[in-house]
Amino acid sequence: MSDVPLSHILFVSTALFFIGMYGLFTRRNMITMLMAIELMLNSVNINFVAFNKYLFPDKLDGIFFTIFIITIAAAEAAIAIAIIINLYRSHQSIDVEDATELKF
Amino acid sequence: MSNYSYIVFIPLLPLVTFIVLGLFGRKYFKISAGAIGTTSLLTSTVLSFIAARQYFFVDGKVNGIYQKIIACKYTWLEFSPNVSIDMGIIIDPISVMMLIVVTFVSLMVHVFSLGYMKGEERFATYYAFLSLFTFSMLGLVLSSNIFQVYIFWELVGVSSYLLIGYYFDKPSAVAASKKAFIVTRFADLGFLIGILILGFYGGTLDIGLLIQKLTSLQSLQWINITTASFLGVSMLTWGLVLVFIGGAGKSAMFPLHIWLPDAMEGPTPVSALIHAATMVVAGVYLVARLFPVFSMDAAALSIVTYTGAFSALLAAVIACTQTDIKRVLAYSTMSQIGYMMFALGVAKQGGENGLGYMASMFHLFTHAFFKSLLFLGAGAVIHLVHSNDMKDMGGLRKLMPVTHIAFLIACLAIAGIPPFAGFFSKEEILLAAYHSNKMIYGVALFTAALTAFYMFRLYFSIFWSKEPTLHHSHGEGTISMKLPLIILAICAVGVGFVPFSTFVTADGAVLETHTDILFSIAPVSLTIIAILLAANLYKTQNNKPERLATAFGGFYKAASRKFFVDEFYLFITQKIIFPLIGQPIAWIDKNIVDGCINLLANITGKIAGLIKGFQSGKVQSYALYFFGGIAALAVIFIYLWK
Repeated sequence: MSDVPLSHILFVSTALFFIGMYGLFTRRNMITMLMAIELMLNSVNINFVAFNKYLFPDKLDGIFFTIFIITIAAAEAAIAIAIIINLYRSHQSIDVEDATELKF
Repeated sequence: MSNYSYIVFIPLLPLVTFIVLGLFGRKYFKISAGAIGTTSLLTSTVLSFIAARQYFFVDGKVNGIYQKIIACKYTWLEFSPNVSIDMGIIIDPISVMMLIVVTFVSLMVHVFSLGYMKGEERFATYYAFLSLFTFSMLGLVLSSNIFQVYIFWELVGVSSYLLIGYYFDKPSAVAASKKAFIVTRFADLGFLIGILILGFYGGTLDIGLLIQKLTSLQSLQWINITTASFLGVSMLTWGLVLVFIGGAGKSAMFPLHIWLPDAMEGPTPVSALIHAATMVVAGVYLVARLFPVFSMDAAALSIVTYTGAFSALLAAVIACTQTDIKRVLAYSTMSQIGYMMFALGVAKQGGENGLGYMASMFHLFTHAFFKSLLFLGAGAVIHLVHSNDMKDMGGLRKLMPVTHIAFLIACLAIAGIPPFAGFFSKEEILLAAYHSNKMIYGVALFTAALTAFYMFRLYFSIFWSKEPTLHHSHGEGTISMKLPLIILAICAVGVGFVPFSTFVTADGAVLETHTDILFSIAPVSLTIIAILLAANLYKTQNNKPERLATAFGGFYKAASRKFFVDEFYLFITQKIIFPLIGQPIAWIDKNIVDGCINLLANITGKIAGLIKGFQSGKVQSYALYFFGGIAALAVIFIYLWK
């Protein structure tokens, strides 16, 4: 069907995951961090689709799971943005370094 | 079987009064508190008289024997089907008799206090406490379960504590209330252990069942309790003696009597109610309540007898030397309770032998009236003179004629001059003692003479002796103070004629008593001699009392210092118990017990200080730890976990 081997796709998804992780750890802006999390989620989605396609072509579980994750991610983004807006209202900033009151 | 359930309202009315006055008294009922308390108690008193009439004259008797009736019973705490703490009401001759005594004397005290306590800042609180006491005492006498007795016993102790310490801005009152509470609590420990022993071997806490099981010689419980022994004494004796220690504490028997004289720091009407007529006879009542069991054990009964007789004698001797009029009355109370105790002690179950029991209850009954009359009279005197000391008084008979006559009647009653109430009951006691133990009879006779002597010493010092020193007299007090005196004086004359032996006896059957004129000659003539002696010494001011005191020398000094019992206890506690037991225990508590806990707390604190840096509040570092952890777990599970 295609000449692209599974390992290439896994390489892409791994790269995507660590790019997302790097973004999550280095960015201080919460919107950017949210985007980084989306990247990580999508790398997982790619894994699901790829494994489904290459290993179990006659099943649909991986594809359904991906659709499910996309839905959850949309909901999660809505909540995260609501939290960010509230954070902005109270701190006049969306920098995570400015919101460190909850500590020892 | 007719309905006695209305009896439950007799104790509940004062309880309601206590709650209402205690919570809202100071704000809303500052003036009307007295009227509220008195009205509610008047209702209780009327109910008590109705109950007494119903019990004694209508349906208490079956086949010529007064029955024990359980009017109502509610299981409160059930340990097993047999052992439970119930809240019940028992109706039998002594509980009905006590109902009358407690409600009636309490009513008199409530009325008297209307005048005596008028204008006090904490007037409503005073009535609230009085109601609490009345409730507890009524609960105590009606209890059908021995643990219920114990609960009310403690409540009585608390209300006594509150009332003794009523003038809490006086250090001596505070000390006295603490002393009373601690001494009686100490005795109550014995009572509690006694209850547990009797309950354990008897297999029940219900008084009726307990008596039934521990008096039948075939029952398993009887065999168990008499064969088990500790230090060579059977458990029955232990249990009864421990219960008696509780009773001795409340009834101020030697050696636990030291709190009673100090308790006179409370307001005088309180002394009349609690420390003369009702609470202090709780010990006698307790022994009488368990009398069928006591009568099975000669050792316990003889302890009751000798403690009672010794206390009666000791208190009478001390009373002759005191100058505080309330303390004289306190010691005389102790002495009369001693009478009741040894009368119980010389009694036995059944028929003629139960004379002592009947005599004891009779004396309790008559004593309540004339002793509360004496205290209320003393209250009226103190109200006028503003002093407790005999030396500040004298010649008051012209200033307060009503009090004078009432006090004289009470003195004659307690001295045992016919036809006043005390004569009849004391006569029965002496007769019972005469038939069982000649030595006790001798002590009782001597004490009777002493009683007459110190009561008339008191009477002559207050009302005769010298001309009154104060002329700014504001009269004898209001009608509310005179009325109880008059009513009680009538009672002090009249109650002796109550045919007591037909109502209250050890086995419920009528006991035939026969007054023997010949037998009465000895006590009455001794009493009259003692009165004449007192009149000779104290009726006019002279130096004979001092000469007499010097003649007795060291003995007089020891008696006026109450035979150094207080000092002895202080020595024991402060020189022996505190340094040898108290301080080491305090050291262990502070250093070892507290030390262990502090060590734990310190270790926890140190560890927390070390690791609290993780909780930095930075979201990204949390994420880093999270990923680090996941990575570590991945490494472990994939590569290392084989």
